[in-house]
Amino acid sequence: MSNAVATPTLSPVELAGENSDPLVCYDLIKLHLWGACGALLLSMVAGFLYSLQFVGYYPFPDSELLAPGHIRLMHTNLAAYGWLANGFTAMLYYAVPRLTGRRVHSRKLGHLIFLVWQGILLATVVGFLLGKAQAIEWGETPTGFRPGSFELNYIPVDLLVVIGAVLLIFQFMVPLYQSRDQKFYVSLWYFTAGLIWLALTYLMGNIIPEWILPGAAGAAVTGLFIHDLVGLYVTPMGWGLMYFFVPLILKKPIWSHSLSVIGFWALAFFYPLGGVHHFLLSPIPDYVEFGAITTTIAIEVVVTTVVVNFFMTLKGSFGALRTNMAIRWFYAGAVMYFLTCLQCSFQVTWTFQKIIHFTDWVVAHAHLIMYGTFTFWLFGVIDWLWPRIVRREWHSNGLRAWHFWLSTVGIGVMFSTLTIAGLVHGFMQKELNPWSDVVAASGPFWWVRTFSGGLILLGFLCMLYNMIRTAKDGEPYVAENHLVDPDPVDAQAAH
Amino acid sequence: MERFHTLAFVAGFGCFAIAALLSLVFPWMSLGSYHGMEFQGWDALTREPSAAFQQLSDEHPEAFTEAYGDVSPESYKEALRLGRDLYVGHACWHCHSQYIREVSNEAQRFGPPSTAAEYQNALNQPHLWGTRRVGPDLTREGGKRTNDWHIAHLIQPKNVVPTSIMPAYGYYFEEDGTPKKEGFALVTYLQWLGTAEQGGQP
Repeated sequence: MSNAVATPTLSPVELAGENSDPLVCYDLIKLHLWGACGALLLSMVAGFLYSLQFVGYYPFPDSELLAPGHIRLMHTNLAAYGWLANGFTAMLYYAVPRLTGRRVHSRKLGHLIFLVWQGILLATVVGFLLGKAQAIEWGETPTGFRPGSFELNYIPVDLLVVIGAVLLIFQFMVPLYQSRDQKFYVSLWYFTAGLIWLALTYLMGNIIPEWILPGAAGAAVTGLFIHDLVGLYVTPMGWGLMYFFVPLILKKPIWSHSLSVIGFWALAFFYPLGGVHHFLLSPIPDYVEFGAITTTIAIEVVVTTVVVNFFMTLKGSFGALRTNMAIRWFYAGAVMYFLTCLQCSFQVTWTFQKIIHFTDWVVAHAHLIMYGTFTFWLFGVIDWLWPRIVRREWHSNGLRAWHFWLSTVGIGVMFSTLTIAGLVHGFMQKELNPWSDVVAASGPFWWVRTFSGGLILLGFLCMLYNMIRTAKDGEPYVAENHLVDPDPVDAQAAH
Repeated sequence: MERFHTLAFVAGFGCFAIAALLSLVFPWMSLGSYHGMEFQGWDALTREPSAAFQQLSDEHPEAFTEAYGDVSPESYKEALRLGRDLYVGHACWHCHSQYIREVSNEAQRFGPPSTAAEYQNALNQPHLWGTRRVGPDLTREGGKRTNDWHIAHLIQPKNVVPTSIMPAYGYYFEEDGTPKKEGFALVTYLQWLGTAEQGGQP
């Protein structure tokens, strides 16, 4: 794999990552994975509850604390800062030391980072319940200040997030910086840049529109923030983990190094330029919108190169989709990634925007990328990593398969129903139907959405139960059993 | 290309900066004070309390006096700020957009397309444009409906619009419909929307 790892002294067991590597802090991975799963559970429950409001069965209609709006903010913010941030951090604790051959800065700092991030989540959730949100989409974490003033009215969570991001940079940049004389493997390109981008993005998105730029100019920045958070943090971490785990599990190199280089640099250059496309046909100047539209379409070319690279890597190993759960999660996610980005290059045009903006189409799109792709990839990581962390075999292979199929069917149904609902809504709005009719027409689709959300939640509960049982009373893990191909234990999951 | 310094500085900082040029610096230069658009701060916006605010005080004198005292720039500012905080905290802006586009017949439904100048004020820092429109757009809600309509609607939206799926905010009102402090604030904020350029009057 990378120059840093490929020392000839490693045994096959070590090379495949099956051993207990002394460089890796397994306890920190475990902590962050629990944090991630706890946050995802809360986020999914919140999403499910919120969907009940749309069909008229919200269970707490008279509670100010549990108002649907408060719950909605929990759903998105816990997904981003709880589930994805914890999950990616866990993944980094495994991948970075193995790729650089060096330890992260310190275990103590690791515990501090864990506490800071869970503190952020707790303060954010309590803040939302008390109505202290900030008016920045995907960055509603409370500033702690009353808008437009320096009057404190809550814990300044934004500041904590910045501190958390800087601590993360410190923790992982130490091994990366120590390896500065080596050529980095692809994953490390994404991790190095992605960690820097996270801090910059969060600072920019939460400070400039709040304190410096009002109105339309601020809107261009909040659009960029929404976009960068996904494009410059979540996406690099996601591709970084794909470039690390896919060759590791398939036991062969990535198909083309040149395509990896193109993919990375084109992402770095084109992706952040598209930020304004979240507010098209708005008072933001047209030339800025055109710039965003053009580069968004350019991203599709980049995405195709990366997806081609991964599917060519899979060529000759298609059986792994059947025998290996992690590969199945990864490639299902990759298919949805390609679909989302293909959709992106169409829906970013004004022609599509006229109809689909402001509708459920966009909600479908967001779920396809945040759940269908990045969450699927993290599920793949957990599926592969969990037995190796707790040193026990999966408790139930049946539950692993149930998790996959409930999630896949769930997101498929959710995406379809919301996309159609978006078109119905968009055209009815354009044809000047009374607003109450537009809302009523969406009703059946919202029922299906709630149902599909239930499937997704049920699938996740399968995994959570399986994780707990595995850690508690799974069979002892034997590394040698996992070296042959096909993986005998994973093969059982196929049926 | 594949070493730490290139990745950290060219990709990490460099590409981020180029993107900020397009989505941050250019809009900054095109919009706002650079083109002579004036920014209205809190004091400018609340110099003259709105007619709707005055009317709330006239119709519910006891509750109003208890919550805000007299009608004054200070009490108006307090109500507007609380109203906006509630609007943000309850994520109202995630179901009601605050910008009107020039497409999809939106001008016929909601009024002329939004202009940048409408958002050059303290109540739009940060803006509340939103990205989803479950309920109608509220850019120019001020003055479209009466205070009483808003009170009835906030207490139980279904009583006013039978197919509505909006949550009820009855806990911001007394049993008899008299607004509490938060109820006054929400109605004041809703009646302010779209009036920034007319000195708070619709």
